[in-house]
Amino acid sequence: MNSFSYVRPDEIDVAIDDLSVHHAAKFIAGGTNLLDLMKENVERPARLVDINRLPLQTIDDTAEGGLRLGALVTNADTAYNEQVEKRYPLLSQAILAGASPQLRNMATNGGNLFQRTRCYYFYDTDMPCNKRKPGSGCGAINGYNRIHAILGTSDSCIATHPSDMCVALRALDAVVHVSGRLGERTIPMADFHRLPGNTPQYDNTVQPGELVTAIELPAKGFADHYAYLKLRDRASYAFALVSVAVGLDINNDGTITEARIALGGVAHKPWRRPESEEQLVGQSASKEVFQLVADSIIDGAKGYGHNTFKVELARRAIVRALMQASKLEKIS
Amino acid sequence: MQSTSILSAEVTVALPEKSLVTLTINGEKKQLELAPWTTLLDALREYLDLTGTKKGCDHGQCGACTVLVDGKRINSCLTLAVMKEGASITTIEGLATVDENATVQLHPLQDAFIQHDAYQCGYCTPGQICSAVGLMNEGRAKTTDDIRELMSGNICRCGAYPHIVDAISEVMQIDKNS
Ligand SMILES: Cc1cc2nc3c(=O)[nH]c(=O)nc-3n(C[C@H](O)[C@H](O)[C@H](O)COP(=O)(O)OP(=O)(O)OC[C@H]3O[C@@H](n4cnc5c(N)ncnc54)[C@H](O)[C@@H]3O)c2cc1C
Ligand code: SF4
Ligand code: FES
Ligand code: FES
Repeated sequence: MNSFSYVRPDEIDVAIDDLSVHHAAKFIAGGTNLLDLMKENVERPARLVDINRLPLQTIDDTAEGGLRLGALVTNADTAYNEQVEKRYPLLSQAILAGASPQLRNMATNGGNLFQRTRCYYFYDTDMPCNKRKPGSGCGAINGYNRIHAILGTSDSCIATHPSDMCVALRALDAVVHVSGRLGERTIPMADFHRLPGNTPQYDNTVQPGELVTAIELPAKGFADHYAYLKLRDRASYAFALVSVAVGLDINNDGTITEARIALGGVAHKPWRRPESEEQLVGQSASKEVFQLVADSIIDGAKGYGHNTFKVELARRAIVRALMQASKLEKIS
Repeated sequence: MQSTSILSAEVTVALPEKSLVTLTINGEKKQLELAPWTTLLDALREYLDLTGTKKGCDHGQCGACTVLVDGKRINSCLTLAVMKEGASITTIEGLATVDENATVQLHPLQDAFIQHDAYQCGYCTPGQICSAVGLMNEGRAKTTDDIRELMSGNICRCGAYPHIVDAISEVMQIDKNS
């Protein structure tokens, strides 16, 4: 790890100002991603602004009937929060599918949004990587790319965003609150993460110096019909090869009135295709209908060799998650 | 001398000040002077001589460094000591108690790990036991499947998992066949 200076402000404005007046300063929350990357010399901040004492530690009801998750609430406290468990079980399950209990006790909601890709070439400073070092090339496209993206890729980068939590947040249409020197703004989850294009060094649309203060969940939680299906190399404590978050609204007569389907492990951001979700509206749940929708969601998917298996895996995972959410299949 | 300019430039860069960090470790208040980049794990092992907490991967991937911070289990390799200013930290060395006759009473989990032979080389054991204390504090595990899932942050290269689950389920009074 490189040397750096360290401050621990108590106030939001002080933290934001400190970050913007110091060269190469970074916020640190749980530290579980940043310190890991600093040990690999992938990140080399000159200053750390510890935000753990900022007053962003609560989960509160919103006037709109939703829930506001403070940026510094830990992933564990969020997943086990009574309101989250009851009204947003999809989010609770997605968080609990990620990392380990120890890491979830450290990781924060804000930090989770910013976690960087687990691409091996990104982590290895001896390797070319356009995300870590723009213009150096992409080691993965013609290299070992088993964990890489099949949708929304570019010639510059085929990395995935590794978060489980963000996949559920995308399905729930969460909104991220950020605060900076120019004031406050909100970013819908749909626009928070981005596709790599020819600037893969930018993972998201947050501007330098902006602080995430909260994640807002709209009232609709899909608590009756939901599923988070995570497929990985071992039963626990591993990143997703493919994950699917599903929320369905189903009428008393069995007609689907709304569907949300978000995919993790397949793209540079949680992947959704609202046009495909529309196809489910007015239908009743059946494997055949789900198969058509799955085909439509992964339309255009492209493998790079080692990860080509993900195309079929994603298709089947979507069908299975829909079967579970509509209770045609039991969750095992 | 010109030829040393690169080196001397590096040497004259002022290193950030060390800071005073106050931690309560196993019930005792400790003041340490640490560079900010010292992880909690290194502070315990290198500055406090508490080598019971192990360094396995140093990247959050194995759980050998698990300690309890204010009763919650965390990976001490992925946090800085300065970030824990004022916190109360329990390591494997702090789990046993000494009674009025000066006899050491092991923590029930320590006893159970011995009874069940829940280790081979023992390297992962301090982390396993601290993690299990955290698991019990959380109160979420009701079955042995839950124990397996919620202990998955602790890797055992020797593969002592069945006995580890036996030891923990006994202390938690969870049916072995659940
Ligand atoms: C071994 C291992 C396994 C893991 N497995 C999984 C998994 O299966 N699924 C999964 O989803 N995740 C997994 N994770 C990742 C983990 O979820 C993230 O590391 C964690 O969520 C990051 O949160 P943090 O608070 O620790 O962030 P930090 O490391 O503190 O920060 C990360 C980045 O976010 C920035 N930041 C933090 N908070 C804010 C804020 N409020 N505003 C602006 N910027 C901010 C920091 O500057 C930094 O650049 C794993 C991690 C490890 C080490
Ligand atoms: S896939 Fe992206 S992160 Fe990985 S090596 Fe290529 S450019 Fe870097
Ligand atoms: S040493 Fe901390 S998790 Fe391995
Ligand atoms: S006993 Fe050897 S690693 Fe667990």
